Amino acid sequence: MDLFFFAGLISLALIKATPIAFGAMAGLMSERSGVINIAIEGMMLIGAMMSFLGSVLFDQWTGGAFPKEVSLVAGLVVAMLSGALIALLHAWLSIRYKVDQIISGTVINLLAFGITNFTANAYIDAERLSGVGIFPHINIPLLSDLPIIGDIFFKHQPLVYIMLIMVGVLQYALFRTRWGLRTRAVGEHPRAADTVGINVNRTRYINVVIGGALAGMGGAFLVLESVGRFQKLMTTGRGFIALAALIFGKWTSVGALGSALLFGFAEALGVRLQLGDINELEALAFLIGIGISLLALVWVVIKLIKRSRDKRPVPLIAIAGGAGLLFIVLALTVDFPNIQIPIQFLGLLPYFATVLVLAGFVGRAVAPAAVGKPYERG
Amino acid sequence: MAQPIIRLAGISKNFPGVLANDKVDFELAQGEIHALLGENGAGKTTLMNVVYGLYKPDEGKIFIKGVESEIESPKQALALGIGMVHQHFMLVPVMTVTENLMLGNERTRGPNLGPLSTLNNQQVAKDIKALGDQYGLTIHPNAYVHDLSVGEQQRVEIVKALYRGAEVLILDEPTAVLTPQEADDLFVILRTLVADGKSIIFISHKLREVLKIADRITVMRDGGVVGEREPSKTNENELAAMMVGREVILQVNKGEAKPDQIVLQVSDLKVDNDLDQAAVDGVSFEVRGGEILGVAGVQGNGQTELVEALTGLRPTEGGSILLLGQQVAGATPRRITELSTAHIPEDRQQDGLVLAFPVSDNLVLNTYYKPPFSKGLVMQQGAIMKAAQERIEKFDIRTPSATTLVGTLSGGNQQKVIVARELSREVKLVIASQPTRGLDVGSIEYIHKRLIESRDAGAGVLLVSSELDEIMQLSDRIAVIYQGKVVDILDAKSTNKREVGLLMAGVAAKQKAAKKQAAG
Repeated sequence: MDLFFFAGLISLALIKATPIAFGAMAGLMSERSGVINIAIEGMMLIGAMMSFLGSVLFDQWTGGAFPKEVSLVAGLVVAMLSGALIALLHAWLSIRYKVDQIISGTVINLLAFGITNFTANAYIDAERLSGVGIFPHINIPLLSDLPIIGDIFFKHQPLVYIMLIMVGVLQYALFRTRWGLRTRAVGEHPRAADTVGINVNRTRYINVVIGGALAGMGGAFLVLESVGRFQKLMTTGRGFIALAALIFGKWTSVGALGSALLFGFAEALGVRLQLGDINELEALAFLIGIGISLLALVWVVIKLIKRSRDKRPVPLIAIAGGAGLLFIVLALTVDFPNIQIPIQFLGLLPYFATVLVLAGFVGRAVAPAAVGKPYERG
Repeated sequence: MAQPIIRLAGISKNFPGVLANDKVDFELAQGEIHALLGENGAGKTTLMNVVYGLYKPDEGKIFIKGVESEIESPKQALALGIGMVHQHFMLVPVMTVTENLMLGNERTRGPNLGPLSTLNNQQVAKDIKALGDQYGLTIHPNAYVHDLSVGEQQRVEIVKALYRGAEVLILDEPTAVLTPQEADDLFVILRTLVADGKSIIFISHKLREVLKIADRITVMRDGGVVGEREPSKTNENELAAMMVGREVILQVNKGEAKPDQIVLQVSDLKVDNDLDQAAVDGVSFEVRGGEILGVAGVQGNGQTELVEALTGLRPTEGGSILLLGQQVAGATPRRITELSTAHIPEDRQQDGLVLAFPVSDNLVLNTYYKPPFSKGLVMQQGAIMKAAQERIEKFDIRTPSATTLVGTLSGGNQQKVIVARELSREVKLVIASQPTRGLDVGSIEYIHKRLIESRDAGAGVLLVSSELDEIMQLSDRIAVIYQGKVVDILDAKSTNKREVGLLMAGVAAKQKAAKKQAAG
């Protein structure tokens, strides 16, 4: 394995992480304000379908008068609006009618599966509706010329950049702005927020709906920057993985991006392995190495932040870090024998990573205290 | 008298099925501490929530500085200079003090981006620090609220009201969560505030502290005002009678203890807290049948862990617990229960009851699996209902029916459900932890009577309480716990409040240590 191969892998991981990160941000906005959102999957699916229909129909109705990019942007807008609309339904059910939010989310997921499958069967066929293509790659001037870094970060399609910007904006907004302070207060202690004059339910509506628009963008990514067509159930559980990323990232957008990258990396590796151009054992050693070194890195950071309160012994961290580096070096230098792993197993990688991460490595993640509880005065 | 700062005229407030306030008149003068005294459920908090804009009155008028005002939201109340410190604090635990104080009233810096404007934490931190210092309220602006003690959180709440420009402070049961020392500190702060021209409404059901702090006392009962008194011209007995509506015996009457055989023998017991630190550190004592052993100590000195270990809810790290001669260290709660132990837990809602279950089921939680309540795998609803009816009557539980959910009852009645359950069978040992915390005078009187009855029936009673008065009144012997160790065990007859109080504060322990140091 060489460095360029590695850069390609990371770049692909970033692309694979994009829809997951969008979904996680949708969950973040909803849950930070106190509304559980397990309907991200459904919102993404609807967003994916509507982005396709939106772009294609815009192109047809305007008779191709605009360049295809304009049609694609129209599709993106339609996806955001439809995601927001579905989110509004969720907000309405769970805030106005105080429906159990897990039930409401499940219902919306089922509804989304049904609507998209039906529409795909009845109306979407290649003869009448062929896609208008996908967003072009945009190389950021100067930055994309940087060696390695440029290949990883600065040669992407627009939604990847938008995702990165949104992650930064949300992180800042949540912890440094008036909106963030109020949103967090509403999600943690709605009554306290109410007694200082904050409209709890309005705050929740706004957050859930904007979150829906983000989920719609995540769905649109799958169509507008990937395959260019809508396929039935094409989100394949990414909305749920996004939920896992949100929890793993401890309800922050930067943390969620970090875990989305982990899932994205597993998916990217799966893709490359399926292509058969790398050695499975080598990749496995590499993955284990990356995993252990990341864990050691996280431990070091925790140690630095918490200092004496952290009980993990220093030698353990050192051993973990050393072992991780050893695996990486081994993967890069040693020649491994070739073995064959069935493709289906490789496709399992991202899901397997999800289970592993949720079961083993997440410390006690604490959800916003009031999440899932409808607010009642008095 | 000058214009009252707040005047309420004929306020009524109805909740479905309850008349919470019935044509209440009330006045607050500038610069006074006006206590609102009454039992739980008398309508004190409802009245103040009306003033604070949380409830809309059905009837009546509110005058602020002589001007008739309609207060529709807390925000409006704050704008009129009225701030409220609720019994359950309105602070977000995972946020800093600064963030909590500016919530809803944020100060921003940099360009104005509407809701996305950047918060100016540094400036607010500086301002609130200065404000706190002005009134002798030390606060740490950058500390997280969940790291603060209850007393500190209360100070933050007071500063929060002041920061929003409150001229009138409404304090709802402010001492319910405080240690006696913290309460004294609070009173000093309140006096400072009043001296500065603020006015205070002090809601409480504790007679002694109301007499100590208030300039004027208004007593409420069943949603209406019973009367108004000045502290210098009244006494505890009169106020108690006004609150309850009948004569109340504040002094506990109990006969001589007749200590019998040892029921519980604890030797060198060690228990850890949730953070794996030693909370109970080598404690030894015994409880005999027919006596009450009081465990006195300031909250957080290992009492909670001690009781949890004795009742099988927490593992022990060393030492032994002999219950009726049998080793029960590390035994299951059921085994300990079946050895005739009754447990009245510290947190009645968390550990004592299943709030979402009806009263009837809660009354048999310790025996539901035995006949007559169960036959084989099937629970016998008939027998359970019958027992429930009997116990509701015998223990005077005020509930609409046996099938009412226990979570909807008042604190006093919830506690009676626990007491009824625990004492409705023959018991050899009663472990009662903070049995009267947060209860009204009537319920306290009742529970004290029941504990003494148990003692006189030959059971050993272990009473853990941070209310020194309660310990002094009920105990035959008093064990004082300080930092996980029993400092001393005293005979209740030959000691006094001062001695126990000093031991609780660890003074004696420090002297001993100093002596040891000097000798060594």
